[in-house]
This record gives sequence, structure tokens and C-alpha cells, in this order.
Amino acid sequence: MTMSDSAPTMSDSAPSSERPSAPPRSWLSRLMKSGALIDLAGLAIVLLAIVAVFSWLSPRFFSQATLATIMNQIPALTILATGMTIVLISGGIDLSVGSLVAFSSAALGIVMAKYNQPLWLAIPAAIAAGSLFGLINGSVTVFGRIPSFIVTLGTLQIARGCAYLATSKSTIYLNRSVQVLTDRIAGIGLSPAAVSAMLIVVLGQLLLTRTVFGRYCVAIGTNESAVRMSGVDTRWTRIFVFVLCGALAGMAGVIESSRLSAVDPNGAAGRELQAIAAAVIGGTSLMGGRGSVIATLFGVLIMAVLESGLGQVGAQEEIKNLVTGSAIVVAVLFDSWRHRGTRRTS
Amino acid sequence: MLRTEGISKKFAAPVLRGIELNVNQGEVHALLGANGAGKSTLCRIISGLLWADSGRMFLDGKEFTSTTRQDAEQRGIQIVQQELNLLPTLTVAENMFLDRMPCRFGWIDRRELNRRAQAAMDALNLSQIDVRTQVSELGVGQRQLVEIAGALSRSCRLLILDEPTAALTATETERLFEQLRRLKSEGTGVIYISHRLEEIRQIADRISVLRDGRLITTQPVDELSTDEIVSLMTGAEPEVVEGVSGNTHGAGTGSSSVSERKLKGTALRVSGLSVEGRLTDVNFTLYEGERLGVAGLVGAGRTEMLRALFGDLRTDGGMIRVGDGIDRQPFEYPRDAVRAGFAMVTEDRKADGLMLSMSIRENTVLPVRRKLAWHGTLVRRRSEVAVTEAMRDSLGVISQSVEQPVDELSGGNQQKVILGKWLLTAPRILLLDEPTRGIDVPARMTILKQLNQLAERGTAILMVSSDLDELMQFCDRILVLSVGKISGDFRRDAWTKELLMQACFRGHVGLSGGSQ
Repeated sequence: MTMSDSAPTMSDSAPSSERPSAPPRSWLSRLMKSGALIDLAGLAIVLLAIVAVFSWLSPRFFSQATLATIMNQIPALTILATGMTIVLISGGIDLSVGSLVAFSSAALGIVMAKYNQPLWLAIPAAIAAGSLFGLINGSVTVFGRIPSFIVTLGTLQIARGCAYLATSKSTIYLNRSVQVLTDRIAGIGLSPAAVSAMLIVVLGQLLLTRTVFGRYCVAIGTNESAVRMSGVDTRWTRIFVFVLCGALAGMAGVIESSRLSAVDPNGAAGRELQAIAAAVIGGTSLMGGRGSVIATLFGVLIMAVLESGLGQVGAQEEIKNLVTGSAIVVAVLFDSWRHRGTRRTS
Repeated sequence: MLRTEGISKKFAAPVLRGIELNVNQGEVHALLGANGAGKSTLCRIISGLLWADSGRMFLDGKEFTSTTRQDAEQRGIQIVQQELNLLPTLTVAENMFLDRMPCRFGWIDRRELNRRAQAAMDALNLSQIDVRTQVSELGVGQRQLVEIAGALSRSCRLLILDEPTAALTATETERLFEQLRRLKSEGTGVIYISHRLEEIRQIADRISVLRDGRLITTQPVDELSTDEIVSLMTGAEPEVVEGVSGNTHGAGTGSSSVSERKLKGTALRVSGLSVEGRLTDVNFTLYEGERLGVAGLVGAGRTEMLRALFGDLRTDGGMIRVGDGIDRQPFEYPRDAVRAGFAMVTEDRKADGLMLSMSIRENTVLPVRRKLAWHGTLVRRRSEVAVTEAMRDSLGVISQSVEQPVDELSGGNQQKVILGKWLLTAPRILLLDEPTRGIDVPARMTILKQLNQLAERGTAILMVSSDLDELMQFCDRILVLSVGKISGDFRRDAWTKELLMQACFRGHVGLSGGSQ
């Protein structure tokens, strides 16, 4: 270090009141101060409020069956939205994840049905299929200097096309044994899929907050040129973010196939928009630099509860669209109101 | 003409406390103060960009409230802000007349638009800027001039200029001053913010000094010595302010020239460096511990030279040799330059110097994050905090904590953070692009002092500045760039301001013939 022995400078003569006391030491007090807890508490309150409303509207809502439906639906979306959150935070977007789910589950289906290989061999194949497209997304975005929006808009079509080619456009039915992933484990009431989704959320959050890679993601999303001019090779970080998102889409594809015990090349269409919506409801900024995977999980839960709750009270499809759409806009309005003071205009 | 009574404003902390300012008709009124003293905030309130919490404002004796900028503009209050506010993809003319495009039958009358814009530019003697060019093609200095021309093209009772000359060359500054003198004679009042005291002596009639949000004094500029002004701004007694006597650029201590110290060896040799359309065949050698300045007009290729050396601009030929190494192609990516011991403080803090919404710590540790982390992967927060606090204390960054976002800091403190982050990498070669631009005198002294200490320990410094006085004060040697070529190379004992200026203009058509 080159600066330890420098003399005190003039600006040190500033009033001592402006000098900091010791910074908050415990992670809890830091969390309290950062406002992240308030955001999470807000999301939890909204979620509870929605649950309360539906319980009041429909006495059957608060039941094992509903819970099971929700738990069944969310693991795949949670995993997708986790990847999406990391991409968004680093300043990109991945519109291809819905198609990647279909393509990677096609890969899974081919390995299992055509080559008669066991599930544990098919899962890596599916994840590799997703990662491959992630690598394409990232490399073209970075080396071609094209917005990821455009690149992934293209791969959205390409991956869907690949899924059709691989399956000859027809559904592949799988051995019922694949359902082991989405069947609840006796004793804990959660499926392996749900457990791995929770694990991925926790790992994703730790990745963002505690690793150099994660901090680079946030920094790149805030100001890429500043990071580049600080001697960080932003290219590999940005590419790897897409590979990660693709790999997670592959896992989501595995879970979807397991849930249906089939591979549907038409499946998961539009799922990328749900993933983006979940991240945005959780407070992730589409401009990059801000967001949290835990908050995204709340976003997923809010969307899932709305969806199944509206189904329970007998709402038609059009009402579902109206309510879910409004929820997204209201969430973002509220979020921008919460953060209105953080950036000074001067 | 303009009078304010008890203007107060609070953000997180009070920024302005009961400001009573009087600007007379036909005077240039300089507003001085360290960064963060509240100058910009006051001007933004007067021009309707911010609302005061309390206080009243009078224009020509009539009370007024500026609720929006348009409101203030209609009253004849024009402001040119420190940050450039032009839209890069529109033309110069479109930017100047954005809110009052001349129209015919609902369509923009381009000919009339360009005619009016050109007339406004001609008034500033800026005919060489074609008003039909896109702003993105202009350099920072030219953009600044476009903004000023835009403000002057409106009806103007009171003109507010916030650091107008920070990016201007000496000639451009002189042109601006001619305009200001004309405005003065027409009875327009001018509020002029600048950190360059010699400029203020040249142009201002009276000065007001702000400190910590209070107006300390308003006096005719002739009644105050430079030492007195500095001590009013800092609140310190003149004799305490070491190194500032008779000049504003005092680099503090340790100005021992390079000939007194021993030059150890070559830090960087550049041969034939070219960037298409920007730089042609640049050759020079930079020695360890040398403070090498780069002068030149805006657009001469100074920034491009630094960026090409740092691996940020693609080069079209040339070799570099770092230390005792062998000749090699210039770097292809900033990371490679950093690995070879380079560091660069960029010209525009907001564009590529800082992540504004992130904390001092996040910004400071960025280049050394991997080194501080556990096995290069897991962030070790405690060492990051320790390193950042050490940086903060040694550079005197004023902040509440190292977790404070850098956009809450003043410009001088932001610049200290950028310098501090590079100090952590112990660079062998430090490239600086306008490191003291828009920074108050104490912060500038801190920074120059740090640079001196670095040089004494052997770091080679290559510093671009538009402020010739600063370069002459600080450097051992000055290179002059003109139209992408090196047009002068002066040692400390060989330069005069005139020689440097001449070299700046060498190669410009019609300005200095036969010196190529």
C-alpha cells in the first residue's frame, strides 16, 4: 500500500461532526440500514395480504391442496427468475429462457427416450443444452456489441426451432420414474425440485452479495465503462452471466419434464416474461445495478398465489390477465416511489 | 438587480443557510467556495431547477418564484450548468433551439433553425463549429461553448455560468470573456462560478464567498488578495494554508524538480503511436518518477493518447515498451494495461470513473477486489473496509462512512476516491486526464500533493490538463499535442507560457505558418 505514510491533508480540517463514527459492524445492522430488510418486509406484507384476501373470498383457499399446487408450480419459475435477476442486475436481459426450457427438456427427452439413458445422465445433458445457448447469447452480446435484448430475441426463436427439430414437433412421453424430482419427499412435504429451487435462491443471493463475480455483476450493471476502466475484464463476467442463466433454464426444463413426465416442444412459451415480471415485482431494476434474488422469490410467490387464488375464486382468464398485469405495474410504481430519494439530481 | 433573502435548502443536511445575495446590473459576480459549499445549489434554486425550503428572491425589485426552469428562462434567467446537458444524437442547432424550434406549417424550418443557430455561434466567434454537426462528434470543450451560445441566444437579464471554463482552452476562455464584457456593457448581470482565481481577477467585479452553506462575504475583487480569498473559502488562516502563496495551483510540498532527483530508468517508451483520425506518429519516453504534462487545445488528441496507451482505444500502429521490457503492441484491453502497472484517472468521473449509486468502498476496491478476496472469489468485507478507510483517511475524503454512495460526495471528494482506488494498485505508470477539473482548491492541493509523493517513489506520471499554469507548476516536462501530433517537448527550464501556447497552435491552418 502506498498511502499509509502520507501527511494529514487540508481537508482533514473539516468539522469533526462530518467524520464518520465506526461503520456498522454486524451484518444485521448493516442490513437494517441498507433498507433491504424494509423492502423484503414490504413484499412479505403484500404476499400475506393477498393470501388473506383469497382466504376470505374462498374458504377452500387455505388448504393443503392449494399449497401443493403452488409448491408444484413455483420451483421451475423460481429457478428461471433467479437466473433472470442476475442477468438484469448486470444490465442485460434474456428473452430466450422460455424457449431454452423447451429445448433443454427436449435434450433430456432424447437422452432418456431415444438413447434409453437414466435420468442422472439426462439431467447434465439438459443443463448443458441450456448453457450452450447461454454461451451463444453472452458471446454474441459481448463480442458483437449488440444489446442482449436483440440477441436473445433471436435465440428465443432459434431455441424454439431447435426444440421442434429435436422432437419432430411432437410430445415425447417419458417414463413415470422422472416424477421422482417433483414428487414430495415423505417426511418433509417438499419435492426435490422445490428443495433445489430454495437452494438455488440462497446460493444466488450469496453469489450476488458475497462473491467477487457477484459484485462485478452489480458494478457492471451500474456503470460498465467504469468497471472496464478499472482494469476488470468485464467481457467474461458478462458472458458467464448468460451461461449461468442458460444453465438455470436447463434445470427448469428438467423440472418441467419431470412434472409432466413428458417433453412438450411447445411448452414454457412466454415463461421469460413471467420470470422478468417476478424479478421486477421483487424490485430488480431493468436498468441494471439493483436487485435481489430473495426479493425475486417473493415476486414468484406473489405471482403464484395470485394465479392459483384467482383460479380458486373462479375468475376467468381475462380477469387473471387484468389482475396480474396490474400487480406488475403497481409493484414497479411502488418501488420507484420507495427509491425516489436515493439519487440526487445534482 | 437580483436579490435573495434568507434562501435555505436542506438535502440530508443543510446545504444553504439563509443566503442573502445581491447581484447588480451589468456586473460579473463571482461565486466562490470549496466544492460542496452550496454554489451550484444556490444557482439551481435561482434558475428554477430546485426549490428553496425558505427564503425570497427578487428580480429588478419584484419578488418572483422560479417554479420551473422555463419559468426562470422567461424572466431572462439563463443557466449553463457544470454538467453538460446536450443531447448527443441531435445537431448543435437542434440542441440550442430544442424548446423553440422555428416552424412552418407545423414542420421544422431547418434553414431558419440553422441560420439562427449559426448567428448565435458567430456572436461567440465560433463560426468553425458547423451547427449541423451532431453533438456527439464534438469534444467536451466545444460542447461547453455550444451550451453557452445556447444560453446567450435567449433574452438574458441574468446569466449563470457554473464552471464554464473547466473544459475550455485559453483562447476559448478569452472569447467567452469578450462576450461577458459585451453582456456587462448591455446591463446583463452574470453570476460566475469558477475555481480559477486568476480568471476571476480578470473578469469579475465583485465576489461572494460561500462556505458550508453560508455566505461569508461579498466584496469587490480588487480589495482581496488571493491568499485572503483562499482563506475565506477554507476558513483557515492564510499562513496555515501551506504552499498557496501568490498562486492557486500550489502543489503543496515536494516540488523538487526531476533533475534534482535521480531519474532511475525508463518507465514507458512510445514509438509511432497512431489512432486513425486522432493521433499521428506520437513518440516520447516517460521516465520513472517523472511528472510529464500534456498540453494542447481541446480536440488535439490528448485524451485519445491516454486512452490508446491504456488499451481503451484501438490503435493503428505504433509500439510501446514498458520498463525494461521489449517493444510490444499497445494494450488491447484496459485490464492488460492495469496488469502491466498502468492506472488511469479518466476525464469524466460520471461516465467512466465511478459507479455513482454504489458506495465508496465498492468504488475503491474495484481494481484490487480479487486480490483482497478469499482465494480470489469470496469477498472479504473486513479487509475491504480497512483498505477503504485507510484510503479515506490518507486522502481526507469527507464522508459519513465508507458505505456512503459516492454520488452524495462533492466533486473533489469523488476525485479523491478515484485516485485512491488506483493508489491501492501501486501503479508504475499513472495516466491522468484533467485530474483537477471542477475541483476546489483544497482538494486540488491534496491531489497534487499525493501525485508528488507518488512521483518521488518512482511512479511515472503522465498528466493531461487544459490549465497551463497548473502544468507549469506541477510538471518536470511538458509535451504539447496539436492536431494529433507532438508539436513541442519542453523541460522545466526551457518553457515559457508563450512558447507552450505557440506549440499548442502549431499545425492549425492560418494560425501559425511554417513551424511544422
